[in-house]
This record gives sequence, C-alpha cells and structure tokens, in this order.
Amino acid sequence: MERTATAPDVRGEFKRFIRFLLSEMKPKGKLITPFNVFAAITLVTAAVILTIRFWKGLGAVTNFSPDYPWGIWVAFNVITGVAFAGGAYVLTFMVYILHLRKYKPIVRVTVLNGFLAYVFYAGALVLDLGKPWHIINPIIGHAFGLSSVLFLVAWHFLLYMAAEFIEFSPAVAEWLGWKRVHKVLESMTLAAVIFGITLSTLHQSGLGALFLMAKPKIHPLWYSEFIPILFLVSSIFAGLSMIILERTISNRVFRKRTSAEIFLTNDAIHFGLAKICAVTMFVYLFMKVIVLVHGQHLSLLTTSWGIWYLVEVVGFVLIPGLLFTQSVRTQNINLVRIGAMMTIIGIILNRLNTSLIAFNWNSTHRYFPSWMELEVAIAILVVQVLVFRWIVNRMPILSEPPRWAQEPEEAIDNRPIKIEEEQEKWKVSIM
Amino acid sequence: MDRRDFLKTVGVASTTLLTKNTPLQAKESKKDPKEFMGILVDTTRCIGCQTCEEVCAEVNGLPEPDFERDIFKDHIWTSEKQFTVVNGFETEKGDITVKRQCMHCNQPACVSACPTNAMEKTPEGPVIWHEDRCMGCRACMVSCPFGIPQFEDNKANPNIMKCFMCWDRLQEGEQPACVENCPAEALTYGKRRDLLEIARQRIYENPDDYYHHIYGEHEVGGTGYLYLSAVPFEEIGFRTDLGNEALPKKTTGFLYSVPFVLTMWPALLLGISKATEGNEETTKSEE
Repeated sequence: MERTATAPDVRGEFKRFIRFLLSEMKPKGKLITPFNVFAAITLVTAAVILTIRFWKGLGAVTNFSPDYPWGIWVAFNVITGVAFAGGAYVLTFMVYILHLRKYKPIVRVTVLNGFLAYVFYAGALVLDLGKPWHIINPIIGHAFGLSSVLFLVAWHFLLYMAAEFIEFSPAVAEWLGWKRVHKVLESMTLAAVIFGITLSTLHQSGLGALFLMAKPKIHPLWYSEFIPILFLVSSIFAGLSMIILERTISNRVFRKRTSAEIFLTNDAIHFGLAKICAVTMFVYLFMKVIVLVHGQHLSLLTTSWGIWYLVEVVGFVLIPGLLFTQSVRTQNINLVRIGAMMTIIGIILNRLNTSLIAFNWNSTHRYFPSWMELEVAIAILVVQVLVFRWIVNRMPILSEPPRWAQEPEEAIDNRPIKIEEEQEKWKVSIM
Repeated sequence: MDRRDFLKTVGVASTTLLTKNTPLQAKESKKDPKEFMGILVDTTRCIGCQTCEEVCAEVNGLPEPDFERDIFKDHIWTSEKQFTVVNGFETEKGDITVKRQCMHCNQPACVSACPTNAMEKTPEGPVIWHEDRCMGCRACMVSCPFGIPQFEDNKANPNIMKCFMCWDRLQEGEQPACVENCPAEALTYGKRRDLLEIARQRIYENPDDYYHHIYGEHEVGGTGYLYLSAVPFEEIGFRTDLGNEALPKKTTGFLYSVPFVLTMWPALLLGISKATEGNEETTKSEE
C-alpha cells in the first residue's frame, strides 16, 4: 500500500528533476556576444586542428622536435596552468585549516577555478600524448613506473581532481536541491581539503622535479636541485595572484550574481592576499639568491642569459613584490591588481624558461610554437572560461547559497523544490 | 618422516648459517649470474664505412641511410628513421670516425622517467621499449642526457624509436647486427666487465695511440656502450660535462620525501585545524 502511494511521487520528482536539468542546459543571457563569437571560432578551429593531429600525428600541427619533445601544451597549459591553480590549496588551507573566516566568501569560486584548471590541463596532457589510449596504463595497468616523477604527478592530478570535486560538490547539491546529499558532502570537506593540500604540496613540487634529470639540458641559471621547492613556493603567490585577477574580472562580469558579502569583503581580501603574496615572494627571492650563490653562477649574470634571468627575477618577482608591499601600505587596490598581473607574467616566464626557453639552450634548433599549437592552447583556456561561466550562472558559487544550506542545523525541509522559484532567485548575468 | 624432516631443516639451517658466515660461498650462491652486456667501440679502428648504419637499418626495417653524405661535414644525429649514425672529425691525430647510438646506461634516466615502465633496463643490459605500455608522454626524451629516444611525430600511432642493441637477435644467441658486420673489428660485444678489461689492456699496450680514458666507464653512472679514442672525447662530439652521477639519483631525494609528506602533512594539518577551530569567531569579531 505504501509503495503504491509513494511510487508516483518519486516518478514525478524524477520528471521534474529531468525537466530542471534540461532547462538549465539552455544558455542564459544573450547568445551573440563578442566573446561568444570569439569562443565559437576558436573552438571550431581547434576541433579542426585536433582532427588533423589525431589523424596525421603530432608533427602535422606542432613544432615539436627531438630537442623540444614538450611544446607549449605541456609547458604552458599544464606546467604553468597548474601553478596558477595553486590558489585553491592555499585558500582552502587558510579557510579550513587556519580558520581565517575573512576568505570564506571566495573559497568556492577559487576551488571551482582550481578544479576546472586541473580538468582542462589534464585534458591538454591527453592531446599531447602520443598514445592517449594508453593513458590508463599508469593508473590501472600492469605498468607502474614507481621511480617516475611523472607517474607520481599523474596520480596526484587524478586524486586531487577528486578531492577538489568533493570540496566543490556542496554547491552542486545546492543547485540540484539535494539536501541529504548536501549534508554528507559538506561533512567530507575537511578530509578532502587535508588530502588536497597534501597532494598539492607534492605535485606542485613534482612538476619541478620532472626537470631534475634534465640537468645537462637546462641552463645553469634555471637548474638547481631545489627546483621542486622553488616551484612549490612560487605556486603560492602564483595561485593567489590568479585569485586577484579572477576576482577583478568576475566582480565585473558576474556583478549580478555576486553576493553582497563578496563585495563587502572584496578590499580586505585583496589586501590580505597581497600581503601573503609579498611575504612568499620575498622568501622565494631569498631562496633564488641562495641557489644562485650556492651554485656559483653569479658570473653568468653578465651574459645575455643572465640579463634574461634578471628580467624574470627582478622585473617580475622583486618589483611586483614591492608593489604588493606598497599597495598594502597605501591601501591602493589598483596597485594590488598591477602587482598580480606582473606576478602572473613572472610565473609564465619562469615556467616557460625552465621547460622551453632555457631548455636545450645551446641547441641549434630553437623551438617556437606553431600557430596551431597556440590556437589549441588558447582554445583550452576558452573552454575553461565557458564552463566556468556556465557553472557560475547556475550554481551558488558567487551568489548566496539557498537558505536551507546556510544553516545546516535547521530541520531538513522536505517540500519539493519549486524550480521556477529557484530560477528566479539565481539571476542571469550577461557576459 | 618426522626425523627426516627435522634433519632436513637442521641441514638447511646450518648450511645457510655457514654460507652466511663465509663471504666466498655467499658470493657463489648469488642467484642471478647475469651481468650487463655491452659494446666496446674502438674509434681508432673505425674506418667510417657506415656498414653499421646499413645493417642496422636492414635489421630494424628502417629506410636506407644516406650514403652520399659527407660524414665529416654533415654531422647528423639519430632519428626515428636511423638508430645509429657515423660522424667524422678532423683532429691533430688524423681523421676519426665515431658511431653513435643509444648508450644503454647502467641506470638509465629514460627508464626512471617513464611513468608506465615502457622503457626497461633488461638484466642483460640493453634498454628496450614496450609498445603496449607506452602512452607517448616523451618524458624519456626530456630526461635522456644523450638525446637518444626519438618520437614518430608524423604517425597517428607513434612509437618511441631507438637502438635496442638488437634485443631480438640477442635472445636467439646472436650478436648485435652492427658488431657482427663491422669489417674493421672496431666493435666488440661482451660482458661489460670484460670489455673494460679489454679496453684497459689496449690502452696499456699502446699508450701513445689512446687517450687514457674509457668513455662510458663512469659517465652518468656507467653506460653499456664503451668508447676508446685517440683524442679527448669532446673533440669527437662527446659531452664530457655530464658528470659521473647516475641521473636517476637526482630524483631519489624528491621521491623519498613523498611518503613522509603523505603521512605527516595530513596529521599536521588536522592538528592545526583542530587547534584553530575556535578562532573563527574571534577573527570575525575583530573585523
């Protein structure tokens, strides 16, 4: 009797859920915007290029050579991108481990950004693999390269993606109105955060460790046995600078979906992040100087490579570090943004220098990415931005979570979700 | 039965004790008698005929090398279509020709870098590659100090190509094709230990003909290919700045730290999290 009474209800719920999902799939806001047109063209071109790549081989679209087996997809999308995704582990550390309440409003958007970064940068890795159909080998196969740094990094990418998804999943549950699931997922956050920080420590440094064996190939100014530690420390201010940039853009683009709390705490968060950036950058610089002196490479500074090194270290680490310090002192938020932009350029320079520019520096064949490689590299970023926008426009990332999710102690509300009502609340933003 | 079993056990126990106490016996009872095999290249004997290039291409099903090439002017490196190359150098001791290919390191960087164990250092010595494991990440190419592994980037299903020391031929008890066909006897195949003896003997017997160094004896922890030369090795295209430390050692420090971080970080983080739990309210009220 009970069964027959509840069964139609469940079916109705399910139908409503499917209808909700389908309605959410539709684009929100204007379809033809300059960005959307640009995105469409980029993606179609990338699709054509990738078809050629999988049909004719990597050489058909890339400028890879024996001296430069890794091109811009690995050097920029994976190695540089992961440094920028470091914001997620730093911020979750501050919010969930140190309990710094101040940063809580932006933790969700940062974790989402980090998660998407990993998904698409791991995606870039798949495009780069010669035999991507063997990608499961290091995960389930008979082939565990236990002495390989890349094996470790691959596993950590995978596990970290899972950890970040768990950290972010309460937002999905709130979107779908799954209250019980939400409770379970929320209770897993701390464990996921701890696991995530541990994994990040290892794979951020692991990306540096990939180059440890390439000592004979990397210019001595960029090679040291401390690359892993330098990569880890620089990922802190790289990630935080990326948060500052993301905040600056999102506050404008997603103005209507951003909660009052985020706007109110915006300046305090900016100056807080600037302070942390400044301190970690000076620690990083100190380590750089020690590595330079200890390696007895001071005399190399007068060579043309030395000048290029100084451009990176002085121009895009020391100066933005000073800008951050000054911005905190004068409470100048624009200076924070300039500092963040310069830091981001500095990180791109550092990662590209290590993996491409100063890699096989005495080779006669220099590498420069083909336009097709660059196009795909940009397309990967575009996809990430599109997915980010889709999620932010639908889930409570920047906006307030639904009331039922705010007070977990409150008795679970069993009323069916009213889709129209919910949709009203999550207003559309235009981009 | 019981008594016999007992005696057997005693017998086994006492022999193990004995062998443990006597180093000589322990050495003999070592299970794996295999030693790394290698190839000695005596560049003072090489005549630059490129026969090795020819037979290598034949055996491995590669396109025929370019014999029109002036080996003294057009220096080439191994590629996905050519596993071994001969280059010539004009030195004060006359023209010297050198065959180059994979060095088959004792502790290869490519094997250590490979996340799927596709690159394998066989107990017999050759460094081989397994097509079914490789995912084409090219970490081997990034790590190899000699720039040997090559990638077929013009194929939809690309392979990593390099000299495998004729692994298939070795399995059948034959010698590597280049060694067998060298008309000048510049190449010698054998146990690495024996090759070192031969190389030293040649240097001792003709001290004026040789530069007193065996390239590959210590370089990057020792290599399967060993080279003799009349002139310092940097003059005939070798890198002499690679050091004697095996490259995989450079990552061991990092890899050893992994279990420590994996076990200590979570405990520490959980501790800090619990210790600062009450802070949330105070920091909030401060603002």
